[in-house]
Amino acid sequence: MRVALFVTCMVDVLEPDVGVATVRVLRAAGCDVSCPDGQTCCGQPAWNAGAADAAATVARTTLDALHAALHDPADPAEVVVVPAGSCATMIRVFWPELFELVGDHDAAERARLVGARTRELSELLAERSLPPLRMPATRVAYHHSCHLLRELRVHDQPEALLDRVEGCERVEWGAAERCCGFGGLFSMKLPEVSVAMADDKLASLAEAGAGAGAGAGAELLVSADGSCLLHLRTRAEHEGRPVRTAHLAQVLAAALDGRDPRVAP
Amino acid sequence: MSGEHLLPGTTLRDRTAAATGDVRLRGSLARALRHFGHGRERALADLDDPDGLRHAARAVRADILADLPAILERLADRFEANGGQVFWAADAAEANGHIAGIARRIGARRVVKSKSMASEETGLNEALARAGCSVVETDLGEWIIQLAHETPSHIIAPAVHRDRYQAAEALQTAAGDRTLDPDPAKLAAFARETLRAEYLRADLGVSGVNLGVAETGSLVLVTNEGNASLTMGVPRVHVAVMGMERVTATWEQCELLLSLLARSATGQQLSAYTDIVSGPRRAGEADGPDEVHLVILDNGRSDVLASELHEILACIRCGACLNVCPVYRQVGGHAYGWVYSGPVGAVLTPLLASEHPEAAELANASTLCGACMDACPVGIPLQDLLLSLRRRRAERAGSAERAAWRAWAEAWGRPAGYRTSTRALARGRAAARWAHLLPGLSRWTEGRAAPVPARRTFRERWDAGEV
Ligand code: SF4
Repeated sequence: MRVALFVTCMVDVLEPDVGVATVRVLRAAGCDVSCPDGQTCCGQPAWNAGAADAAATVARTTLDALHAALHDPADPAEVVVVPAGSCATMIRVFWPELFELVGDHDAAERARLVGARTRELSELLAERSLPPLRMPATRVAYHHSCHLLRELRVHDQPEALLDRVEGCERVEWGAAERCCGFGGLFSMKLPEVSVAMADDKLASLAEAGAGAGAGAGAELLVSADGSCLLHLRTRAEHEGRPVRTAHLAQVLAAALDGRDPRVAP
Repeated sequence: MSGEHLLPGTTLRDRTAAATGDVRLRGSLARALRHFGHGRERALADLDDPDGLRHAARAVRADILADLPAILERLADRFEANGGQVFWAADAAEANGHIAGIARRIGARRVVKSKSMASEETGLNEALARAGCSVVETDLGEWIIQLAHETPSHIIAPAVHRDRYQAAEALQTAAGDRTLDPDPAKLAAFARETLRAEYLRADLGVSGVNLGVAETGSLVLVTNEGNASLTMGVPRVHVAVMGMERVTATWEQCELLLSLLARSATGQQLSAYTDIVSGPRRAGEADGPDEVHLVILDNGRSDVLASELHEILACIRCGACLNVCPVYRQVGGHAYGWVYSGPVGAVLTPLLASEHPEAAELANASTLCGACMDACPVGIPLQDLLLSLRRRRAERAGSAERAAWRAWAEAWGRPAGYRTSTRALARGRAAARWAHLLPGLSRWTEGRAAPVPARRTFRERWDAGEV
């Protein structure tokens, strides 16, 4: 399967290792990966701030790149894959709305076409077979990012992927579906609330899996959205209680070689 | 609006920051909301098809709003035919003026009130006080905050932000020499006993309206303490204040909405008391007022109805969106600055209190996590409405903010511009050197470590053939 990767600005600049892991896992799942030229950002920061024109200007650039990749006469990609629930939501749910709003019906139409063929990474991987996956025994808590969960309704796929990894003990976590407090610019507009929300989530992490018999407390926090992890990790770091985090792609990529995702390759 | 509330002169950030620093407040909220949340889940799990019911409720509310003027006319006609009197109030001042006029005419000194958000919105208590009346709130939570000189912290549980010791402290002011035991059951018993005397002495009863039913010209009130029954039943004159959207055309619609209201609010199948008033006491009836007035309050709602944000008027004030909102959970209701809090307040306040520029920033009091939309029993797209409000606000934003977005779009709207700026971030990895590129970053680093860009971007590694 030929897939076009939209790597997202955040992965590109802050977490390129997530992009590398994504490519590795996709290849292991039998995908032929391209990374279309011309992509920049999905426009979400401006969209969420209400700056629709700025959002459309930026989103149109990425739309053009992805649309071209899906319609490349020589070697068209079948799907676009995005290693971030939030940006996948922007493309699938909000792009058509955004372009209609700024009166660009043409772009809205293309956005619908691209959206229909855009998949968040775990959605795509859950449908594909992967080589055996294993990692040293680790208690893992999974954080459902809000957009992925409530807009794209992706709930079971990331968990099912983690369950495919031998050694990964997924623990029950009461706060798994609660917002971490990042919310894009929210984290800067109302930093005190944002941080309080992160603290709530982090505090409950210590109790995750309690009552399940084995040792309580998650050793690794995993999500399919790097931005939530960044927020939670940098908050924990600031408080001097670092928490291990890994993007789902990083867990899976490490598990291809039986490695511990908490240790950089 | 009354203008006597908290908004003026404070910023959303100040208020939320103060609230997050209040450990006791957050403890009370967490306890209460956990309780509400479990109840709601159980109550919805009992239903055969909760989603089907929600869709039906959404459709019903949309139908009602589409035909609102006609339904209101019908309600008013029937209510008058039943012997009630109707007053259409364009704004808070008109509503208060009319009610104060009734109080004066009948020489009212003492007023008992059953919880009503619409009259919180108009600041009716202050207006009645100015008219020489003493007003006593009869809902326990509402009475607690009245004694503490506070505004409600929650749509259905006004004193949710206070723990039982703080509740006892407030009630103590009404207990005189007697020392109150902070046991919730004992506090409730004290309230019952004290308020009973108030009902008997009151000249005027004031209540809100959960739903007006046009079909028969009836007003429906639900409570769990039964205080609305006494407020309506004992004093000689009664005034009900209703936001103009709080109506149904038929009893069938009313029944559907009431069952969802109770389940979504507190996890009950139905509230403990449902009172219906269709007009004054008739000959041979044991109780009920001699005079009943209905005040239909617009106060900005017509403008909302005509706008792209009209869906917010479908709200039945169940409070479910507050209970699931992770922001509300941290800060409680007062941080929202006005009568309505949580996600519904973040939408309603900028609309109904639009003369306060501070109100507009409430659209930012959300991470857009979507939990509220999932919880809303009438399917209000709260997130979309918040985004609309943010767009309205952005259009009026200062030139600095607009210029910043334009510069960003200019750079990232071109692949070359994007590459140049992302490489610059990678080269200047030390936060100090790139913080100025992202003006909000200083606010990030107040509570979090600065994120460090990678040495080389993914795109550079990809282009170099290393991936
Ligand atoms: S917006 Fe929906 S969930 Fe919130 S109070 Fe209104 S009806 Fe209830």
